[in-house]
Amino acid sequence: MSKILELRDLSYVYGMKTPFEKKAVDKVTLSIEKGEFIGIIGHTGSGKSTLVQMLNGLIRPTGGQVLLDGTDIWEKPKEIRKIRFRVGMVFQYPEYQLFDETVYKDISFGPKNMGKSGDELDFAVRKAAEFAGLKDELLNKSPFDLSGGEKRRAAIAGVIAMDPEVLILDEPTAGLDPMGRELLLSQIMQYHRERKNTVLLVSHSMEDIARVADRIIVMNNSKLEMFETTKKVFSHGRELEKIGLRVPQITRIMSILKDKGYDVDDGSLNVGDALMQITALLKKEGKIW
Amino acid sequence: MVRDVTLGQFYPGNSFIHRLDPRSKILLLIGYLVIIFCTFNYLSLSLVTIFTLFYILISGVSPKIYLKSLKVIIVIVLITSVLNLFYGTGEPIWQWGIISITMNGINRAVFVTIRIVCLILASSCLTFTTSPTDLTDAIESLLKPIAKIHFPVHEVAMMMTLALRFVPTLLEETDKIMQAQKARGADMDSGNIVTRVKAFIPILIPLFVSAFRRAYDVATAMECRCYHGGAGRTRMKVLHMTKRDAAAFAVVALMISGVIVCNMMFPAVM
Repeated sequence: MSKILELRDLSYVYGMKTPFEKKAVDKVTLSIEKGEFIGIIGHTGSGKSTLVQMLNGLIRPTGGQVLLDGTDIWEKPKEIRKIRFRVGMVFQYPEYQLFDETVYKDISFGPKNMGKSGDELDFAVRKAAEFAGLKDELLNKSPFDLSGGEKRRAAIAGVIAMDPEVLILDEPTAGLDPMGRELLLSQIMQYHRERKNTVLLVSHSMEDIARVADRIIVMNNSKLEMFETTKKVFSHGRELEKIGLRVPQITRIMSILKDKGYDVDDGSLNVGDALMQITALLKKEGKIW
Repeated sequence: MVRDVTLGQFYPGNSFIHRLDPRSKILLLIGYLVIIFCTFNYLSLSLVTIFTLFYILISGVSPKIYLKSLKVIIVIVLITSVLNLFYGTGEPIWQWGIISITMNGINRAVFVTIRIVCLILASSCLTFTTSPTDLTDAIESLLKPIAKIHFPVHEVAMMMTLALRFVPTLLEETDKIMQAQKARGADMDSGNIVTRVKAFIPILIPLFVSAFRRAYDVATAMECRCYHGGAGRTRMKVLHMTKRDAAAFAVVALMISGVIVCNMMFPAVM
């Protein structure tokens, strides 16, 4: 595998040289492989949003570098738009960015800016709508007539339509009902599986992160706290709690069981896995057959 | 960036000026602005300047912030002073073709520069030390007399309060929407004027939509708290004039009389 994104001593200071100077990201160094699914967690104000906004050149780092496929994204500042097409960014509550007359036109805004037209454009729009789970008949409606969940999908499709090599999603499921969350999350997973693109997901829901991520970036006080496999990160329950985060409920239950002296894996991430371990344990002790 | 706007921002504090009644601050500012334009010689002008520096110092807001507010209008000051420089009357002391500079022109340029700077500093002092709500309360209170001729003073004041309250919110919103559209490749920094104006459509439409959404939300929230306009409404914070305000009025009155005396005693250069 090859590195798609590499951060070197990446830093960002808000309000440089003013009395309001504040470090938002402090010397983050890490690299992400092609095709990985990365989760980003951290409490509010830990610098995760600033971090991801530097990855596609929306804000220019005050120190350090972002390398995309080995080249510094700020090497040619005039061509930073090209980087934004390669690293797609879906903001929090993306439905508030919808503006065009129809959903179709709104989704085509990104690819059009890339210079696509004709069949190529049509293909990109329809493919993106399909990935985001938007039905064909919605494409000719005004985006303002859609339901909340559909608006969110339309906005996400607008970014997917640019076919970015790296897709960053900032809390895509915030404010959706459980069904909507579930649907959106599985669509993102399916997108990742089929396109084999790199996906970065920022979320406050440890359950969501545990389900989808290969590795997790933990941010704390503008610094990189951990960057490990999902299992490893969530086996550090106590450290996570200290910095205002928690582990998925099921992982917590398993680690309590382990503390009580039972032989279980305290890095278990899903209920099915935990269930198997607990039944095996009960069988061993002769409680069930 | 849109966030760098300092003009009209409130800096909380506890200085003498912060604690003045907002009504006296507005009245004093009006008096002061009038007197700035009634300075006719350098002595009265320097009196006004010294007074301006004095209240900047006691306002408890960093002089750096005042300087920042001047940065916004530096172009206006430069243009007006340069224009005034060439429009003087009398004997030219420097000439090049039809362009000539006279002593009168130099005087005019100096006066106009210092007057505008003082004007901005004084108005900034009011907005820096008075919260928007206090400001509108004061305006409402000062305008009360014209409510008698059925002018909706309270409603206008409420509209001002709401509008001011949403300025930072909408700025933040604009910033967010701009970032989101830039992430989709929107290009707002190149092309001719038509393409540039067009480039703002993807920002303006979501902004309008969200402004209306917020307006509805606020209206609902106000109705939920039984707001029905000004009739019979009492205030939680009643404005009071104190000895402090009397002292402030006395100081400004002293300055005004000083300026008048200077104007009468010495010849006018303007």
